[in-house]
Amino acid sequence: MPLDNTDFVEKNLRDHVPFWLDPKKRAIMFEIGVFCMVGLLAYYLVSNTLVNLEKQSIATGLGFINKESSFEIGESIISYSAASTYGRALVVGALNTLKVSFIGIVITLILGTILGVARLSSNWLVSKLASLYIEVMQDIPVLLQLFFWYALFYETMPSPRHALSPIAGLFLSNRGVAFAVPESNPVHKYIFLALVLGCAASWFISRWAKKRQDKVGKAFPTFRVTIGIVVGLPMATWLVFGAPIKMDVPKLTGFNFQGGMTFSPEFIALLLGLVLYTAAFVAEVVRAGIQSVNRGQREAAMSIGMRPAPILNLVILPQALRVIIPPLTSQMLNLTKNSSLAVAIGYPDFVSVANTTINQTGQSVEGVALIMTLYLIFSLSTSLFMNWYNKKAAIVER
Amino acid sequence: MEESVLGTQTDEIKPPVTNVGIVGWVRANLFNGVFNSTLTIVAIFLLWKIIPPLFQWAFIDSVWYTTGKACRGIDGACWSVIPSNIRFIIFGFYPYDQHWRPFLAMIILFGLLFYSKDRNHWTKNLGYSWITGLVIMGILMKGGIFGLTSVESTKWGGLPLTLLLSFFGLTAAYPLGVILALGRQSKMRGLKVLCVLYIELIRGVPLISLLFMSSIIFPLFLPEGVTINKILRAQVAIILFTAAYIAEVVRGGLQAMSRGQYEAAEAIGLNYYLTMRLVILPQALKIVIPPTVSILISAFKDTSLVVIIALYDLLKTTQSVLSNPDWMGFSREAYIFVAILYFLGCFSMSKFSRKLEKELSAGEISG
Repeated sequence: MPLDNTDFVEKNLRDHVPFWLDPKKRAIMFEIGVFCMVGLLAYYLVSNTLVNLEKQSIATGLGFINKESSFEIGESIISYSAASTYGRALVVGALNTLKVSFIGIVITLILGTILGVARLSSNWLVSKLASLYIEVMQDIPVLLQLFFWYALFYETMPSPRHALSPIAGLFLSNRGVAFAVPESNPVHKYIFLALVLGCAASWFISRWAKKRQDKVGKAFPTFRVTIGIVVGLPMATWLVFGAPIKMDVPKLTGFNFQGGMTFSPEFIALLLGLVLYTAAFVAEVVRAGIQSVNRGQREAAMSIGMRPAPILNLVILPQALRVIIPPLTSQMLNLTKNSSLAVAIGYPDFVSVANTTINQTGQSVEGVALIMTLYLIFSLSTSLFMNWYNKKAAIVER
Repeated sequence: MEESVLGTQTDEIKPPVTNVGIVGWVRANLFNGVFNSTLTIVAIFLLWKIIPPLFQWAFIDSVWYTTGKACRGIDGACWSVIPSNIRFIIFGFYPYDQHWRPFLAMIILFGLLFYSKDRNHWTKNLGYSWITGLVIMGILMKGGIFGLTSVESTKWGGLPLTLLLSFFGLTAAYPLGVILALGRQSKMRGLKVLCVLYIELIRGVPLISLLFMSSIIFPLFLPEGVTINKILRAQVAIILFTAAYIAEVVRGGLQAMSRGQYEAAEAIGLNYYLTMRLVILPQALKIVIPPTVSILISAFKDTSLVVIIALYDLLKTTQSVLSNPDWMGFSREAYIFVAILYFLGCFSMSKFSRKLEKELSAGEISG
């Protein structure tokens, strides 16, 4: 019997092959070897570091977080002073990173989509201009772009005394961009509440509408109704409370503007650099996504009598987004990571604050570890989202 | 009757003037429909608002060969900042009378790059000439033998430093990246976890954190008395960073290999090392040449980040010229010049990558 024969051979082999010729055992030995080497290297580095730290009498551990920071931070969302702790300073930095990344991502998405669509436009001039922009911006380092915008802002903008004011309530000077905002009013709280309520209501309505359509086949004008609720509810609240329209206009006092809201030149330069650079990459992603949808899809949808808006919503976008979303999220992550270049132009983002902390406490290992941890959290949450999305968007095949 | 119909048909009817030639092209590409016409008009209006003043600033009102003081009063661009400081911007603190050496090294590099562009030249000899070229470049930069005075690497700067960091970084990162990719694809669980951890960790953090690590933590890693110079430390950070990205690209190539290739190699009795060296890697690495060029482009752009740890690369030399009181305030001109240099480098590489992609995919279809 051949079967018995092979069994016999295998058994024989198992008994007589020396362990260094057995691929399985060899693999295990190789693995153990690699781990030993990595472990030894790690031990060598850590022990050296500990010896060096002791010699330079630098503290270890995260104890510095509760100590007084004694440095000022130029801009902050939460209250902060030099008397606050290092921990609070780092939170301020993290919030500043989130602020510039969030605003940057929103503007980049809009600009990048416009550019990507313009790149495919049948209008020769618009398409050529868009591709020129994309090519040029992709090929210039983002740090150089940051320096350029910062220098441009600093060197060409007038002093606050001679600030440019293209629109009433907006002032451009080398101290930043100051603009009018509605004066703080208790009504704002209610308006915000109304907005949240509106969003929640529209979510429920769209779910109900989808369920009903699945069941009885009757469509509901979800889009118009939800837009009405989301915009209408806050508007109604505003009107009910007497429609307060008083604005907080920035005024020149001394050498700078007081009141209103101000974006510092560092923030503007960072935002401009990140947005203009990343938008070029987003445009390429959007273009590839749109081109990936076969022409026949649109033609087929038209031939069964669908109208342009449903064609876009139900046929083109779901297919294009499947191609667009994964590279798009990685571009958003890139923007967040590139916001760490803020340290070069002095915007107090997380890296910049951590760098100051390192310089003051000398605890470089902890400082760099904190920077890496924050960015790892960003990228891990992004990849979790991506996994969820990929699972959701995977083509369901019969 | 029929004949006459045929007769009229053979008479050539010319298309209306509005559909052919320049007018036809303009109608079809710029003014088809209300929306496109509006777009064209808006775009032309914007261009008309931007281009003439920019042209006036850059070329008509500008000065090219003056001192910094003479630039103060004029409206246009002060390009003089570049010719007056060009040697510092390009070569940094490299001894002035020795500038021909990095210059020659760069010429050799560009020559090799230009020669390597043609795929017909991709032979073993090209590899050897690259190795020889790199050695010659190293000797030229460092000196110390053949009667060349020795130049400390702390004095290297400018464009040669940027090129060194990016090209040497990619060359050294490549083997590491391939090993990491193989580790990630390996059947050994522990090894796989180790490689995945490394790749994801590095790809998750910004390059600047690695550069900080190289400049402030790395000295702590070494036993007392041992120091490694700053450029080498930054180079190590760039290599470690780039390797993770190369690993992901190579993994793409490995995954594109069909199972049959592995099975065939196993069937003729090749072991793992020979399977990889003779069968898998030659094919996988060929597929991933275009994305590798994109990594080279990013590495070339990313080297500018060493400014933050105060290495004198191209961008930093420019900045230190701008901090000279004579030339303060002419950042726009200087940065535009540097941007053009970077653009030329990246653009030619991406053009080459696209051409290569077309050639390689065409080769696949034909056979």
